[in-house]
Amino acid sequence: MNKQIKEKTRNIYLDNSATTRVEPEVKKEMDFYYEEVYGNPGSFHSLGLKAKKSLKDARNRIANILSAKPKEIIFTGGGTESINLAIKGLAEVQPKEKNHIITTTIEHHAVLDTCEYLEKKGFKVTYLNVDKQGILDPEDLKKAIKKETFLVSIMYANNEVGTIQDIKKISSICKEKNVKFHTDACQASLYLDINVNNLGIDMMSLNASKTRGPKGVGLLYVRSSSILKLEPLIHGGGQERGLRSGTENLQGIMGFAKALELAEKNKEKESKRLTILRNRLIKGIKENTPKTFLNGHPAKRLPNNVNISFLDIEGESILLYLDAKGIYASSGSACTSKTLDPSHVILALGVPYEIAHGSIRFTLGKETTEQDIDYVVKVLPPIVKHLREISPFKLDEKEIRKKMELVI
Amino acid sequence: MSEKELRIIKSSGDGESKNREAQWFYTDIVKSHFFSPKNIIKSDDEMKSFKADGIGLVGSPACGDGMKMFIKIDGKTDTVKDVKWQTYGCGTAIASTSIFSEMIKKDGGMKIDDALNIKPRDIANELGGIPARKFHCSVLADKAFREAVNDYFRKTGQKNRIVEGSAKVIDQVLKITDHDIEHAVLEGATTFEAVQKKTKVGIHDKDCISQVEELIRFYKKKYFGED
Repeated sequence: MNKQIKEKTRNIYLDNSATTRVEPEVKKEMDFYYEEVYGNPGSFHSLGLKAKKSLKDARNRIANILSAKPKEIIFTGGGTESINLAIKGLAEVQPKEKNHIITTTIEHHAVLDTCEYLEKKGFKVTYLNVDKQGILDPEDLKKAIKKETFLVSIMYANNEVGTIQDIKKISSICKEKNVKFHTDACQASLYLDINVNNLGIDMMSLNASKTRGPKGVGLLYVRSSSILKLEPLIHGGGQERGLRSGTENLQGIMGFAKALELAEKNKEKESKRLTILRNRLIKGIKENTPKTFLNGHPAKRLPNNVNISFLDIEGESILLYLDAKGIYASSGSACTSKTLDPSHVILALGVPYEIAHGSIRFTLGKETTEQDIDYVVKVLPPIVKHLREISPFKLDEKEIRKKMELVI
Repeated sequence: MSEKELRIIKSSGDGESKNREAQWFYTDIVKSHFFSPKNIIKSDDEMKSFKADGIGLVGSPACGDGMKMFIKIDGKTDTVKDVKWQTYGCGTAIASTSIFSEMIKKDGGMKIDDALNIKPRDIANELGGIPARKFHCSVLADKAFREAVNDYFRKTGQKNRIVEGSAKVIDQVLKITDHDIEHAVLEGATTFEAVQKKTKVGIHDKDCISQVEELIRFYKKKYFGED
């Protein structure tokens, strides 16, 4: 078996929540701006003017997709920067009595670490728990809002377990309580509605590299009627209405606009197609491998996310075998994390550590075919069987399920 | 991976992110032991017929690593005749147990006392190097072996030879032991601040701070050969 496992025969990329492949059309668009329109949008000559017009065009097209006003779009250097600008930028302009932020325990580190930083600066942060399927109860949010609260930041769709929150409901609560609401929508742009009026949010972070666009570009949407002022993170030439100085990444922005347009065009069809493949993968793994647990919500999850835990074995060793088989996935195991703690998201669901250590995330994408899924379903069971054979632990599935029942 | 890439990884950034990048870049020896582990024992039947003289288990599924070792001892010569093992853990954990079992079986088996002297660093060297933060995995191989040998000593009435890993409480408030500090250092926390971040040591019990600093220096020297 080992010999077979070592033969790398394929290239199956199932890590699309880490990053996506750039669409050829996007690359072509970007090449044009690298080769032909390379001027600085701030320059006073024809080539600069061309660049400026193109930038305006990209902003208009993206605003159109989001149902936003062009001036409400701030281009940044990526999702993390957008999130930092939203949270720190709003925190810095608050009067003294407004010092409270609400978020959840399953946010990306871009949100969690930014909040932690603000706590050091004297702000108070409430981290709301989610249920064992990763869903936030909007009632919990309602109860947590105080008169000191100025911001709620809750992610649209989770990057690890794919759970989708009820953003419309959350935004209506925030509106009712007169608190600003930011959502990290980096994982949502390919599959979910990102119309800012449908969602009712005040700020939204997006990232090109998760949208089959280039790395190093993101945007922050800021509703002009509700947020009058943000403090910039980066000072300088005053680009992006003074909120993000530095020469605009025109090539990246043009690619981002193209990528979002393509995403919008394919969203419905692609979501349907991937939901079928996702369910096929979940079913295939569960049917062929005993002692597995699906992390996250069975239905309220991204069409491309499968996150499964295997008892008695550890995630990194599964990844190594999958890699040798030409399958690229990721794991929430301690060994693949920076801190040597298993994924904070999976632990936040309240599942036992045993489950968190053995979790594998497959995130499907445009390239994923039914054959790919069937291949994974075929090669995974012998890998799991082999690792279980050499594992000293034989946990009782019923015991673990009982433990999980106790989780509220 | 090329030498150049290795150099880039070695020279870039702070310890943790460097290690994070390096974690996938296992040496060929690690890979070969991971994909074709030596001396594993699989079924209950195999365990029965092996008739181990001593069995040792360390770790748990909850902590992310676990290792069980089965040894056969030649009482006359005090050597390790055979070793079998099972491991739950990452690539390094599996590879390091595999190579450790080969090390002690070499040339007809090591003397027990010599085998007990194998340090995590020796295992890592034998593997051609492992990422620093993965040290805690290979530490398990020698600990599981020590447990198995202790089991053998117990069964054969050699109680005076039992080597206990004594845990001493350092932080009296949070009951943090020298083992916890050792673990943190092995995971790459080599300053007091980093160890405190991992273990919360010294936050409530301020009196232990100098002792913790001393332990960090001791373990750094022990595992990484630096002051």
